[in-house]
Amino acid sequence: MKKILRIIIIVIISQVYTLHSYAGSDGSLEIDSKTKEQSAEVKDCFETINRGIFAFNQGLDKIFFKPVAKGYRFLPKPIRSGTSNALNNLSNVVTIPNNILQGQFKEAGINTLRFSINSTLGIAGIFDVASYYGLNKLEKEDYGQTLGTWGVKEGCYFVLPVIGPTTVRDTLGSFANFGGGDAWYNLTIANDTKYFENSDYYYSRITAGVDFRAKNLEAFDSLENNSMDLYASVRSLYLQDRKRKILNSDETTETMNDDDWEEIDTQ
Amino acid sequence: MTKIKIISFFFFILLLDNISFAKEPSKLISEIVNEASVILSSSDPVEAKIIRLNNIAETSVDINGIGMYTLGKYRKNLSEDQKIKYKKLFKSYFLKSFSSRLVDYSDPKISVVSENKINEKYTIVSTVLEETSKNPEIKIDWRIYTKNPDRPLIRDLIVEGLSLARTQKEEFKSILQNNEGDINYLFKSLEEFIIK
Repeated sequence: MKKILRIIIIVIISQVYTLHSYAGSDGSLEIDSKTKEQSAEVKDCFETINRGIFAFNQGLDKIFFKPVAKGYRFLPKPIRSGTSNALNNLSNVVTIPNNILQGQFKEAGINTLRFSINSTLGIAGIFDVASYYGLNKLEKEDYGQTLGTWGVKEGCYFVLPVIGPTTVRDTLGSFANFGGGDAWYNLTIANDTKYFENSDYYYSRITAGVDFRAKNLEAFDSLENNSMDLYASVRSLYLQDRKRKILNSDETTETMNDDDWEEIDTQ
Repeated sequence: MTKIKIISFFFFILLLDNISFAKEPSKLISEIVNEASVILSSSDPVEAKIIRLNNIAETSVDINGIGMYTLGKYRKNLSEDQKIKYKKLFKSYFLKSFSSRLVDYSDPKISVVSENKINEKYTIVSTVLEETSKNPEIKIDWRIYTKNPDRPLIRDLIVEGLSLARTQKEEFKSILQNNEGDINYLFKSLEEFIIK
């Protein structure tokens, strides 16, 4: 029972930085890809409950994440950059196996080099020395994205307390971290090493959450002030973001469907 | 002879008008960004800034097109009166939302990176909003409607791969779905937002 509880807590903390306290959806949402054949419908299975949890998460954000993120902003920029770099470096231990699982061997090589250089010359990743040598930072990858590239559908869209928006596929992906898929978790929690404590893992995840929130304070405020249905906006943004990450593409045209625009002729 | 000269002159003018006043989409974005930057960094009161920003939006954004796109399938069920009402409300909503998003920036530095013509109707202009002490660098793509090359219009902003038009469309869809597709609920929500 204790173990299950611990895994649940870890899942929550591990997702905090990407999902923080927003969530949203209603009915069903169609996220289109380049062609109609690729389009998929993501169902919001428990909308009423989801909206309630979303409201709870927003409250939590107001009383905890947002004030802490604001305080974090007062730290000198080199400290914030160093923290952000170190956390990014640490995320490579999940990104690299996922690069391999997705067949991105070149990216896996670059990330391995980056991780090696930054962990040593960059002093535990605080300094991004690898970029200086021309090894620029690449997109992060996770097990949810890998499942997506393998063709696994999203399943239901839903909102979890604290974690925020997710899908069945992304939640399954998170569980892979605790089955040996995350070397940082293995070092700190799964195995009893004398170098790291369990708390190191929790601190790193919470700090990543705060760092992410601090970088997006204005963006979230703007979204909140300009939405008539914040829940639906957040759901849309979450699903668009996941779609883009799974496609591993920066090409705008690949993540957008022109069909609706084609009908609209104003010139 | 003079008559011929005058006719030739007007013919030449007409010809010029039909030839190439086509505006490059990336140039449009550069101009807008520079203009907005001047407004935002000025010492004008906020209200004056909003008016000037809205003027930019009205001339460079396809507000009606975005409004129709945002309605999705529901646009097909509207009566003419409802369409007129919706267009009016959407314009007010859009301008309020547009200016309030921008007015928080004191002096945004946006540079054009590239231009990609998708087809005759659309070009994507990629830009970067420079990093500040508060925010990281942000990639912004502009979807430009170029059916009339003389007057390109902005139809969407894609921030870090996330489409604002699509987000808005799904927000409107949510409001309509939760109210049995009744457009009056959307009108009410728009009115509430505008007077907020």
